[in-house]
Order: sequence, then structure tokens, then C-alpha cells
Amino acid sequence: MASLARRKIGKPGTGRVIGDKFVGRTIRIYLPLLALLVVTLFPFYWMAVTSFKSASELFDFSVSPLWVREPTLDWYRHLFTQTNFPHWAFNTAVVATVSTLISLFCSILAGYSLARLRYRGADSIGWGIFVTYLVPPTLLFLPLTFVIRELHLFNNLWALILTYPTFLIPFCTWMLMGFFKGIPRELEEAALVDGATRIQAMVRIAIPLALPGILAAALFAFTLSWNEFLYSLIFMNDSLVKTIPVGVTQELIHGDEFFWGELMAAALLGSVPVAVLYSFFVDYFVAGMTAGAVKG
Amino acid sequence: MASVTYEHVTKKFSADTTAVNDLSLSIRDTEFMVLVGPSGCGKSTALRMLAGLEDITAGQIKIDDQVVNEMPPRDRDVAMVFQSYALYPHMSVFDNMAFGLKMRGASRTEIGSRVKEAGRILRLDHLLARKPRQLSGGQRQRVALGRAIVRQPRAFLLDEPLSNLDAMLRVQTRIELQKMHQRLGTTFIYVTHDQVEAMTMGDRIAVMKDGLLQQVAPPREIYDQPVNMYVAGFIGSPRMNFLPVTISDHQAKASGFELNLPKAPGLARGILGIRPEHFLPNVSAADAAIDLKVEVLEVLGADQYLYGKVGSDDLTARVDPQLKVAVGDRVRLGVNMERLHLFDAETEKAAF
Repeated sequence: MASLARRKIGKPGTGRVIGDKFVGRTIRIYLPLLALLVVTLFPFYWMAVTSFKSASELFDFSVSPLWVREPTLDWYRHLFTQTNFPHWAFNTAVVATVSTLISLFCSILAGYSLARLRYRGADSIGWGIFVTYLVPPTLLFLPLTFVIRELHLFNNLWALILTYPTFLIPFCTWMLMGFFKGIPRELEEAALVDGATRIQAMVRIAIPLALPGILAAALFAFTLSWNEFLYSLIFMNDSLVKTIPVGVTQELIHGDEFFWGELMAAALLGSVPVAVLYSFFVDYFVAGMTAGAVKG
Repeated sequence: MASVTYEHVTKKFSADTTAVNDLSLSIRDTEFMVLVGPSGCGKSTALRMLAGLEDITAGQIKIDDQVVNEMPPRDRDVAMVFQSYALYPHMSVFDNMAFGLKMRGASRTEIGSRVKEAGRILRLDHLLARKPRQLSGGQRQRVALGRAIVRQPRAFLLDEPLSNLDAMLRVQTRIELQKMHQRLGTTFIYVTHDQVEAMTMGDRIAVMKDGLLQQVAPPREIYDQPVNMYVAGFIGSPRMNFLPVTISDHQAKASGFELNLPKAPGLARGILGIRPEHFLPNVSAADAAIDLKVEVLEVLGADQYLYGKVGSDDLTARVDPQLKVAVGDRVRLGVNMERLHLFDAETEKAAF
């Protein structure tokens, strides 16, 4: 009943601040936000507009480049029929999905154990994982190249699926560790006394409660894999096994010749899945699922 | 139903932090045992070791005749109610209560009937589909109790279950807990820092301080015959008055008065202990008497408390609320010699 009443009135601290005028808010909040929005969205806008222009319009410098007069889907048709873009998209999706799943599985176990279990060396393992994350891929790609060569995985999607977790796992582990630490310890203790094993307590109590965090970690991992460039550039030479970022930059640019239409169309298509994912799951980051767990 | 025995149990969190120090305590089957003490005295740690949530540094804990030191919590068949309730926020009230039974592989029909029964006893029937966040504090507390009783465990462990309730609900729940104990006929081990809860609920009370057990006894005995100054001061509200005295034979001399002790304690320096409620309004010739200079008055309706000084010592006295007193008055009060306590000034142990 108390919570119902509270919902009607609004949570403390979410109401309008007394003496806060609309003009003041506009200057302090809305104008800076608008400026930020324009700066952020302009490249996307230009990218989108360019991808719908015909070849003649694209190189007509007498008109403003910011509008499109006769929209056409030529470049998209071209992209799907004349290039290996469908392969690249498929490869990117497979690599991003599988490496995200592998990383999540490992990170959930690692993050949970580092947050909850007391064992010898837990702290140093935690720091070790963190330091691993700080080593830049530009240093790591050399040794990794040897490993991939030894495993005969060049031009094989597994090369990427196995190397992406090297930076995804540290990242996700640290993120999930924080989420697991935020779950009150007593919840799992209650489950243990209630008859659950440690694994059952984790699967039935900790993981459902850390779900917003797990989704967030999944999303970041997916985005990082989707956009990854360096490893893909080095391990994938065959046109058919390339990912979108590498395929687009290598095959839609020849020397100083830029295929602007296809480039922009491919870039736009490449950014759509990530944008869609974000828009779906954004609410999960905000939802505080532990509300009501303890005290009142 | 089970007895619980602590045998020389010690818990160290690190080399120099000892939470529980050589605790030996046996709790009888169906007994309501209260562990009481200030925060950090080790009472919760003692309970958590029994639940299996903390490992034991030294000693043994037995449930019935079985040593449980290495037994995982789920096999101990005890139920625990946490101070924060620790309800699973993503499960309904029904699922919260059913969790323990599910984990133990009870059949669906048995789970249904037991949870409904517990829901009926705790007046939660209409709330079974709700999530914890949709419940009031008192309702959450009852769900936490329900989660414990559906399991029909060998012992109930309660870790300050009332501290998050408001004063009225606390008194009500205290009474309900006692009824529940009578109905279930199961061993209850109850941890609290509140001496009123301890006095009202416990069959026996174990007073702890700094990881050391001070005294185990039924409430009346704890109140009447505290073994040391700590227990004497902890149990009873307002606190017992402690007045340093020098003793020669039967004579005890405080800063503001003298009295004849009922027997010679054989000490040179002692601490006299007199509870505020053990002053007599009328002074007869045989009684010892004190002169209290009143500094603060509290009239609570049923009681009146006088705070002031006797000689150079602070003193609190409970007197008849009808007695007309003003701040600055000197009030003459008799000392009930039968209720007098004397402690050794060095060891703080009770002489009588």
C-alpha cells in the first residue's frame, strides 16, 4: 500500500525543483542537449542521405550535399549483387553472436566467483583480469597471430570467435562483478539455508537479479565484436570471410578511389543492428530489480 | 525438533579479530534461546556458524548428536530468518515460501498445501501472488517467517527479525512469535540486541560481550542474579545504578551515604548495584537511606524517573508518579537491602 501511494506522488527527488523556471531549464538543459544531439546525429544523417543519392547527384557540387532530390536504392542493390557484403554481414553476425555467448558464459562464472567466493588469490586474479583488459590489441595481435597460425585458423571464423573473448571476457567480468556485488549477500545465504547448492543459489537467485547487468554486458560485448577491426583485418584475407568493418574499408575503397554510395549504404546497414539492439534493451539498464529485496 | 550444542566454539576472522571466543552453550530441544548483546558481540556470528554460513575456526557445533562443522547449510535442516528478510525480489510470495520445499524435491501438491497453510497462519493468503516490493514491512517480515515455517525444520534461527519493524508492529510480532513457538514446538534460537525482546521471549537468555559468553539463565535469574556488572547493566531499563564504595567489614561507604551490607564480602573496594526500581518510598529505621538531589524529572504516566546525584555519583530512581517532586529537590529514598548487588571493583564479578 505504501508503495502504491508513493508511486502516485512520485519518488522523492524526482519532482520539479521549486523555483526552477522553464527558461532557466531551457538554457541549462535543453539547449546543450540539442547541440549535442546535432553534433552526434549529423554524420549519420549525411551517411544516410548520401546512400540514397544517384551517381550523378553524388558528384554534382553545384547543389547542397545535405539534401537528396531523387532518392534511389541503386547503391543498396549494387551492394548486395556486386560485392560480398551479404557474406560480410553474415560473418559479422556469427562472430559477434558466438563470441558474445562464449564471453558471457565465462564472465558470469568469473564475475560471480570473484564477487562472492572467498578463495586464495581471488584478489590477484581480479587484478590480473583487469590488467589484461588494459593491454592494447595493437600489442596483442602479434603473439595472437602466431597462435592462430599454429592452430591453422587463418581465414576461418573461429580465428575471430576465439580471439575476441581475449578482450571481451575481462571487460564483461569486471562489469558483472560489480552487478553481483550489488546483490545483497543474504539473498543467496537464505537460498543456501533453504536447501540450495551454491550453483543453484547462483542460477536461481543471483543470475536472475543480475539480468539487467548481464544484458548490458552482452550488449557491450556484441557491439565491441561487431565493430572490431584489427584482428579481423589481420586474420581474414579471403574476401568471403571478412567482417563488415574490414570488408567495407578494404573492398569499397581502391587506393584513392572511394565508392561513396556503396560505402555509405554498407556503413548504414552495418550500424542498424546495434542501434536496434540498444533501443530494445535500454530499459533494462535503468530497471533496478533489487528494489524491495531488503528492508522497507 | 532438535537440541543444539556449541562446544568451545571459536571464530576468528583474522589473526587478531576474534568474533566468538570459546563459546560453550547447550540449547535444549523445543527451547526458546535468546542470544543477546551489543552489536559486534559475536551473537550473529554464532548463529551464522550454526546455519553453516560461516566456517568454524575451532570447536564443534552439534545438532542433536551430530557434529555439523563440515556439513553444508542445506543438509542441516534449519531455517533462518534474516534481519533484512532476504526475500527473493524476483519471486512471488508463494514462490518465496515454496523455494525451500522445491529445493528439497517436495511434490507440487505438498508444496501447494504447505504454503497455503503457512499463508493462512500468517494472514498472507490474499498476498500470495504479490512480489516482495508490493508488500509493507510487516508483511515482508511475515513472508520471511512463512518461508521458514513451511519447511518444518529442526530449528529456527532468527537474526534480529524485528529490528526493521516500527515499535507497535514489533510488540505485536513479538507476541506472535511466542505463539508460533508454542504451536510449532520447535527449537528457536533468537539473536537480538534488545534486552526487552530477550526478557520477554526467551526461555533462557545467553548474554554475550566481545565474543565471550557472560551468563546463561532464565530471564528472571538473569535479572535477579547477574553474574557480573556487564550483565547487570545490560539487562534492565533504565540501567542499574553503579556506585563505587569502600568497604570495611560490613560497612560500605559511598560518596554520599553509608550502609551496612547484609554480609561481609571480604573486599576492600566494591561497586554497589541498585536497580532504579528497587528504591523504597518510605524509609524505615532498619533500612539504609540515600539523599538524591534531583536534576532531571521524567513522568511517563505509569512511572516517574528521577535523575540526580547522591554525593558525587549519578543515580536514577523510579518512584511513584504521584510523588510531587521538582528539579532541585532533595528526595530521601530507602534502599531495598534484599535487592542490593555488590560487585568486585577489580574483576567486576558479582559478590552477591
